[in-house]
Amino acid sequence: MTPAPGTAPAAATQDDVLAVRNLDVTVGGRTLVEDVGFTIRAGERVGLIGESGSGKSLTALSVMGLLPEGLRASGSVRLAGVDHDLVGADEARMSRVRGKEIAMVFQEPMTALNPTMRVGRQIAEVLLIHRTRPDRASARAAAVELLAQVGLPDPGAAAQAYPHQFSGGQRQRVVLAIALANDPALLVCDEPTTALDVTVQARVLDLIVRGVQDRRSAMLFITHDLAVVATACERVMVMYGGRLVESGPVREVFTRPRHRYTQGLIGASDLTVVDDRGRLATIRGSVPPAGRFPAGCVFRNRCDHATEVCATRPEWIPTGPDSGYACFHPVPGSAAPGATTPTNQEAGRG
Amino acid sequence: MIVRLVQRIAILLASLAVSSVLVFAFMAVLPGDPARVALGTSASDSAVAQLRQEFGLDRPLVAQYLSWVRGLVTFAPGNSYISHAPIGPQLADRLQVTLWLVGTGMVIACLLALPLGTLMAVRHRKPSGLVLSALSQVGVAIPAFLAGILLITVFAVGLGWLPANGWTPPDQDPVLFLKQLVMPALSLGIVQAAVVTRYVRSAVLDVLREDYLRTARAKGLRPTRALLRHGLRNAAVPVVTVLALQLATLLVGSVVIERVFVIPGLGSLLLDSVANRDLIVVQDVVMIIAMAVLLVNFLVDMVYLLIDPRLRGGGS
Repeated sequence: MTPAPGTAPAAATQDDVLAVRNLDVTVGGRTLVEDVGFTIRAGERVGLIGESGSGKSLTALSVMGLLPEGLRASGSVRLAGVDHDLVGADEARMSRVRGKEIAMVFQEPMTALNPTMRVGRQIAEVLLIHRTRPDRASARAAAVELLAQVGLPDPGAAAQAYPHQFSGGQRQRVVLAIALANDPALLVCDEPTTALDVTVQARVLDLIVRGVQDRRSAMLFITHDLAVVATACERVMVMYGGRLVESGPVREVFTRPRHRYTQGLIGASDLTVVDDRGRLATIRGSVPPAGRFPAGCVFRNRCDHATEVCATRPEWIPTGPDSGYACFHPVPGSAAPGATTPTNQEAGRG
Repeated sequence: MIVRLVQRIAILLASLAVSSVLVFAFMAVLPGDPARVALGTSASDSAVAQLRQEFGLDRPLVAQYLSWVRGLVTFAPGNSYISHAPIGPQLADRLQVTLWLVGTGMVIACLLALPLGTLMAVRHRKPSGLVLSALSQVGVAIPAFLAGILLITVFAVGLGWLPANGWTPPDQDPVLFLKQLVMPALSLGIVQAAVVTRYVRSAVLDVLREDYLRTARAKGLRPTRALLRHGLRNAAVPVVTVLALQLATLLVGSVVIERVFVIPGLGSLLLDSVANRDLIVVQDVVMIIAMAVLLVNFLVDMVYLLIDPRLRGGGS
């Protein structure tokens, strides 16, 4: 057996908050996430990018133990300070971890809050569940304080309001307040700014980053927006077809991508590069439906560099302690940043 | 909030007015003269004319309508065309009986449907949930009167535990009252429960799929507590709607059940009056049932406002 991305880097160090090993998510006979492995250090902000259907959200939900009914995770997810594996842990154990050690901000702020409960109570609840505040009164006071921290004007009145009285951006601040309430070791964000107006996105993003920095929390940030990763994260992992295909420091991956998929992704987000007909670069074809990716390299049916060898599974090639890629025909490592312009613009016409 | 309340009250009054006109008009267009009907074909023209004058049936329809409504509003609905006895006390007695029956039936239905429906939703993929679903499906298919006859066969005729029929007012003999209430209320309640259970199930299933329930679990609530704290109140809106609609069915069902169990309720009065061609009583009973349904719908609207803050209007 070849060392898969799930087994590298080898052992979790003391510094690691989260260590995911050989994570698979399956439904029926189909594999949606395959052999995903990574670690996040204390206080580290890591981005997880990829197109829709690449398995980013499922990876995050596996970490939370909140996969939709019918989906199964296997492998290992370890969290510092928790003496059991999060994969396969029962609800009783998971409920002690969720909201306290790991918290999550979801994509859709409009539906993430209970419409029939006052916002202040929804925040106070997470403090009372984990007994981080001794009584109702102090939990309520803490809720108001948290609302102030996420920048809601008149937090006292806001605590008494119902979710429908807030805008999407304000609701996402409330969701963030709930997530940060117990100073989690790890904050998982699943496209937290995607559903928001562009003008609000930057402010919410800033609040999230400030929130985790103030608490020295680590963050796993899922998005398909490369610019968001560039502002919010230190390290980035690229997912495609349910696998990690590349990982490394944001600057390195974005300026010198090695995997051909990363290269295409970055090329597609570069709005200054157009072909001779003035069209933006794209990646050829579209993401196959979940569980229907080709064997071997999952990207080979959309890759211009694919050869026969790509029908076998590419090994994870480490290029540093937290970086590496899985590709038989990587972008040459010595290449200057300028040479990384995607080569598949021609193919984008298809 | 106040605006909504005033709005709803206005709607209630308007629908009461419309339904009273409809009930009155329906009885008025029925072929045959109520006085002639009351006295029979052999009565002399002068006797009929005298009755018509006595009950004001010779006046224009609008005047008749107004005096009928005035009678209802002042709780003095006049006298029967047949027995010439005042209708008011009789209606009050009968209404009380039916309210006991329908009320108990509704309570039984809720006590069964709310927990069972929730359980069915939570276990919708497990065998126990499927068995409950199948049972409720069977329940929906059974008419209340058949359930009543089955209950009589088993518990009155077979086991002899309960009286097969009859009615005793609670203040007269509370024990006998309860014994006689059990089976008719159960027949109404069980069948209602089967219907309501299915609505509770789908309402809870919808809630289980909601994002805020996932948020609740992400906070560290176990699934059951998340559902109880964040789900039930949200599931209540569609369930309350169905309960209100079912109350109308229950009132209609009670007409038949009162027959099966020989209970002197509103339903029996309605059937007896129809049989006796006592049209004014029929008209009054139909109007009371219509009023009950409208009133319940009004109350349900109020309950919505209590349950769901989004309906109360007004921003922060």
